[in-house]
Amino acid sequence: MAQLTQRAATFQRTLSAAAFSVSSTRCLNTASTSPITVETSLPFTGHKIDPPSRSVETTPQELLSFFRDMALMRRMEIAADSLYKAKLIRGFCHLYDGQEAVAVGMEAAITKKDCIITAYRDHCIFLGRGGTLLEAFAELMGRKDGCSKGKGGSMHFYKKEGGFYGGHGIVGAQVPLGCGLAFAQKYSKDENVTFAMYGDGAANQGQLFEALNMAALWDLPAILVCENNHYGMGTAEWRAAKSPAYYKRGDYVPGLKVDGMDALAVKQACKFAKEYALKNGPIILEMDTYRYHGHSMSDPGSTYRTRDEISGIRQERDPIERIRKLILSHDLATEKELKDTEKEVRKEVDEAIAQAKESPLPDPSELFTNVYVKGLGVEAFGADRKELRAVLP
Amino acid sequence: MLKILRQKAAAAPLLRTVVLSSRNYSASAKEMTVREALNSALDEEMSADHRVFLMGEEVGEYQGAYKVTQGLLQKYGPERVVDTPITEAGFTGIGVGAAYYGLRPVVEFMTFNFAMQAIDNIINSAAKTNYMSSGNISVPIVFRGPNGAAAGVGAQHSQCYAAWYGAIPGLKVLTPYSSEDAHGLLKAAIRDPDPVVFLENELLYGESFPVSEEVLDAGFSTPIGKAKIEKEGKDVSIVAFSKMVGFSLKAAEILAKDGIDAEVINLRSIRPLDRSMINASVRKTNRLVTVEEGFPQHGVGAEICALIVEDSFDYLDAPVERIAGADVPMPYAANLERMALPQVEDIVRATKRACYRSIPMSAST
Repeated sequence: MAQLTQRAATFQRTLSAAAFSVSSTRCLNTASTSPITVETSLPFTGHKIDPPSRSVETTPQELLSFFRDMALMRRMEIAADSLYKAKLIRGFCHLYDGQEAVAVGMEAAITKKDCIITAYRDHCIFLGRGGTLLEAFAELMGRKDGCSKGKGGSMHFYKKEGGFYGGHGIVGAQVPLGCGLAFAQKYSKDENVTFAMYGDGAANQGQLFEALNMAALWDLPAILVCENNHYGMGTAEWRAAKSPAYYKRGDYVPGLKVDGMDALAVKQACKFAKEYALKNGPIILEMDTYRYHGHSMSDPGSTYRTRDEISGIRQERDPIERIRKLILSHDLATEKELKDTEKEVRKEVDEAIAQAKESPLPDPSELFTNVYVKGLGVEAFGADRKELRAVLP
Repeated sequence: MLKILRQKAAAAPLLRTVVLSSRNYSASAKEMTVREALNSALDEEMSADHRVFLMGEEVGEYQGAYKVTQGLLQKYGPERVVDTPITEAGFTGIGVGAAYYGLRPVVEFMTFNFAMQAIDNIINSAAKTNYMSSGNISVPIVFRGPNGAAAGVGAQHSQCYAAWYGAIPGLKVLTPYSSEDAHGLLKAAIRDPDPVVFLENELLYGESFPVSEEVLDAGFSTPIGKAKIEKEGKDVSIVAFSKMVGFSLKAAEILAKDGIDAEVINLRSIRPLDRSMINASVRKTNRLVTVEEGFPQHGVGAEICALIVEDSFDYLDAPVERIAGADVPMPYAANLERMALPQVEDIVRATKRACYRSIPMSAST
């Protein structure tokens, strides 16, 4: 009897959804904003600070949007893998699949006036900050509709108007840069914060500690977020760091260890960190996360970790599956509706790729644009200086 | 770009046996990739001298980011093949300190772009110390790794540092092209008592070159500071280093069809620069084209032009032509990247200008 009722309810919901011809998006729009409280799967661990509560306030709408956004990011990265193998993407391509909860949870806790800066595993952060799939794929393929007009590539996505400052290829450099953003925010009395993201490999960089010292000295609203996926390229954290407790590495700067595969835990931690940083200066968040792909598309990712480890994480801790289970257990949507969302998202990604493929390569004149903001009428030369030259605009 | 290189690799053996007079090939000339040449050089030098050790990111367990150090961890153990965290400033300093004490480190940078994090230790701690200490403390260290552009890796991963390091007294700067260069020069660098910056090229690692029996001998090494005439000619001197040597040889083939007999010089050593060979060549041909991948201003070509004007001005029959990378950060888009790097046709065009085979255009004032 109970089964029949459930099926009837599902059927009804699907019917009403189908009747309006767009299933999950409509679901999202009409989903309730009445609060639900969810417990994070793991408690937070604090270093020199009392951690926030495990109980996170959320809404059905937020959970559904988490699901959709992460599914979109996942699909984008998988599609990028195929494009790279088809040689439509060249050079370096570092994929984020597995780590989506960090991008999505962070966005839920902050505004576009807060700044985010990260390293080269930046496609999903870009999307979270308001970047479009077309801008991302076109940039990956080096076309003029890319967010950097095709001149940056995978590691150099930016969106200043969305508070996203890139997109950096040199390990660790983005951390002092992030503290600089925080410096400017404080200087301008903006009441906003900066999230400077880095990996466990970068966590040992000296410049991080230099910048952290200054951030602490000057009470900058800087939140250092270590996305600990446990491997710096091919080197496991225990081989690179004497102390892999990255949330404690700030010493005099407090830290929080967070389950980075739990979008709600990430959201809670970022909300907590923002409040803290605005009043007290820097704090470190260590997100315990995992990347399914290797370091980049040139790295199989299986010479330094076992396939069992990778599939184990996928089974036990996948961020999208976690939200799916949560949505289903709270009856916020049916399995079919969620699958439909995934289908929609896949379609969106395919359409964006098709559009990106139509986008042309940048015009040759773009070789010489944007070297400076103000070129002063100086000449710049091509490889053969008597054949190709331009006056810098 | 790779297609061009492959064509050149196929043509090269033929070219060399016809033109080069100074080499005697044994009946069984072996082929070796640049990667194998570097690997065997490291292996031989580590075997010969216990003070030699390797340090860098992914050099050990990962077998090398570009597989140059493959097998060495297994052979020599973790004390001599040291995997470092991603901390260039730190491990470069550690390497230099070890060299002060008397060890002979070979520090690998995954690319020389990352060495910018460590450049203070390379210049101020390594290059200048023998001088500042009046010979009391020498620094027998080698800094090696890929330099210059790869394919589609963008602005932060494509810079050529030959001109920067080439300016520093106290450093020796080497730029191998062929497998023989790579093998002989790396061995020489490791044996050298001074700090050596060894600029390799990622796109050359997989290229195969013939190597003579002599090169395969464990005692072999190539003298530092001597350029090599890859192809003799009488009409014009094309001076290049690293990957551009291959492009210049290709250009020379094309020019030969137009009756221009170009001499192609492989610098091999940026510092010391083989001034006497460059001068001798230009005094013979009276025309000069320099080719490099790096930025043009204050580049290697600029120095070569200056030295020719200083030493052999009266011998020049045409202005010096410079081919270099474009004066812009490296763009990612494939068409723009191609425009930003010297292509064979650029070298051909400039050489024709130097030979008055096209209407000369003066550079702007």
